[in-house]
Amino acid sequence: MSTHSSRLAARLMVAPSVALLLVWMIVPLAMTLYYSFRLYRLISPDRTGWTGFTNYVWFFQSPDFWLAMGNTLVLVGGVLVITVTLGILIALLIDQPIKGQGVLRILVIAPFFVMPPVAASILENLFMHPQNGLFAAVSMALGYEPILFLQDYPMSSVIGIVSWEWLPFATLILLTSLQSLSSEQLEAAEMDGAGAFSRLRYIILPHMTRAITVVILIQTIFLLGIFGEIFTTTQGGPGSASTTLPYMIFKQAIAAKDIGRAAAGGIIAVILANIVAYFLMRGLGRNLDN
Amino acid sequence: MARAHSPRRKLLTTLAAWTVALIIFFPVLWMILTSFKTEPSAVAMPPEFLSADWTLENYAEVWARSDYPRFFWNSVVISVGSTLLGLLIAIPAAWAMAFVPGKKTKDLLMWMLSTKMMPAVAVMIPLYLLFLKFGLIDTRIGLVIALMLMNLPIIIWMLYTYFKEIPGEILEASRMDGASLWGEIVHVLTPMALPGIASTMLLNIILAWNEAFWTIVLTTTKAAPLSAFIASFSAPQGLFYAKLSAASAMAILPILILGWFSQKQLVRGLTFGAVK
Repeated sequence: MSTHSSRLAARLMVAPSVALLLVWMIVPLAMTLYYSFRLYRLISPDRTGWTGFTNYVWFFQSPDFWLAMGNTLVLVGGVLVITVTLGILIALLIDQPIKGQGVLRILVIAPFFVMPPVAASILENLFMHPQNGLFAAVSMALGYEPILFLQDYPMSSVIGIVSWEWLPFATLILLTSLQSLSSEQLEAAEMDGAGAFSRLRYIILPHMTRAITVVILIQTIFLLGIFGEIFTTTQGGPGSASTTLPYMIFKQAIAAKDIGRAAAGGIIAVILANIVAYFLMRGLGRNLDN
Repeated sequence: MARAHSPRRKLLTTLAAWTVALIIFFPVLWMILTSFKTEPSAVAMPPEFLSADWTLENYAEVWARSDYPRFFWNSVVISVGSTLLGLLIAIPAAWAMAFVPGKKTKDLLMWMLSTKMMPAVAVMIPLYLLFLKFGLIDTRIGLVIALMLMNLPIIIWMLYTYFKEIPGEILEASRMDGASLWGEIVHVLTPMALPGIASTMLLNIILAWNEAFWTIVLTTTKAAPLSAFIASFSAPQGLFYAKLSAASAMAILPILILGWFSQKQLVRGLTFGAVK
């Protein structure tokens, strides 16, 4: 059905999207690259010039940078482990025949639709607050001192907030995959005397592999850019304890108004994202072939 | 996986599942409860539940703050606007790639998705400067453009996976009947593609409504949507919990309702058709 003219029409129809995405990608990237080698501070806009790799060197020599890199990895890794593990368990549980499944699913999926600043400020104030939070009330009722979540455990707190937001996503996808598993196969295994654990290990989990991969891939894309939650709660602190790479770049640009340094950070983030993306695309590509 | 279970087991799993679901939902529930309490009651220690002072005052007060309706309206304009603009650009592209695929179509789709992986902070500075230059900072049109471009790959991908499922034979049949390209699109494809387009629209409105990077970086006051409003809603200690909760409830309610309608499509949409 692809005659010459329909091919031409197809090209024309794809062209605007491709052009827009190319511009969206290349123009800012080129500008970021340019600024990353320039001295450019919004506080002193008259002093400009080429600075070679100075901005990059500043990043690599800053102790905050390695902390931010570590925090980024801890955030992505922590949220992935929590959401995938709990997601599998919850999916297995609510896939059972239970009363009121429809309403129950609605409750479980709800946090995903809560915008990041709301999720963060509700959990920060109503739950984690050392004086008025619900967790503090529980601690005190049990006779303990309230935990200073954001002060003493900033990264864990952020991981907790983000996990709450993403757990529904993982659960929903894993549940969808679980529901496509044929019950005959499980029954046959059961009749052959396979226990609950070996059914999980040899039938259910292998069936879910693809869905688990997809959850990891998609969540990684979003988690690498986590911003709103940190902005709303810890602002990267105390000190730099919960500063991730995106937040560090944001601080350089907005607070320090050092465009050159922020741009260098941006380029570093792009390189990192490309390394991650390479593996992600390979995984997604393989999934797409099936 | 529905198998025969004893009633006792069903009761136990029902109990366990509901406990888990309520724990997950609890922060939203607590927020809604808090939004109906008076401020002193909202921060009371130990927390008040049955004995709380209930009131509708917070909603009235938050709404009456002259700026709240504006934030709300900005959210509506930005999320719906960026989604419609994105659909306008993406529908022809997805249509062409689904029905007239070339050798490079798959690579092209992958490349489009890869633009999503560019960290937003990396393009933040140039975009900020460009927006500054063209006077787009703190304008709704600026945010519509930024969010449209951000979500364009997802819109194209979602539409593509939906269009892919429309059998090509139907097109050929209509072509045999002498339908023009335009007639084909209007009379044959559109009716079949509408459900897919609708779900794509729904999911992208949700994503745009909840976006919390560009909306914070590229706005100050005039065009700031609810995400930026809530992010900056931190008064000094205490005595604002009830109002914060009321503002938050109003910010998430429309999306919560839209989202519940679209949970099936959500899985497909966000996994680019890899999990159905």
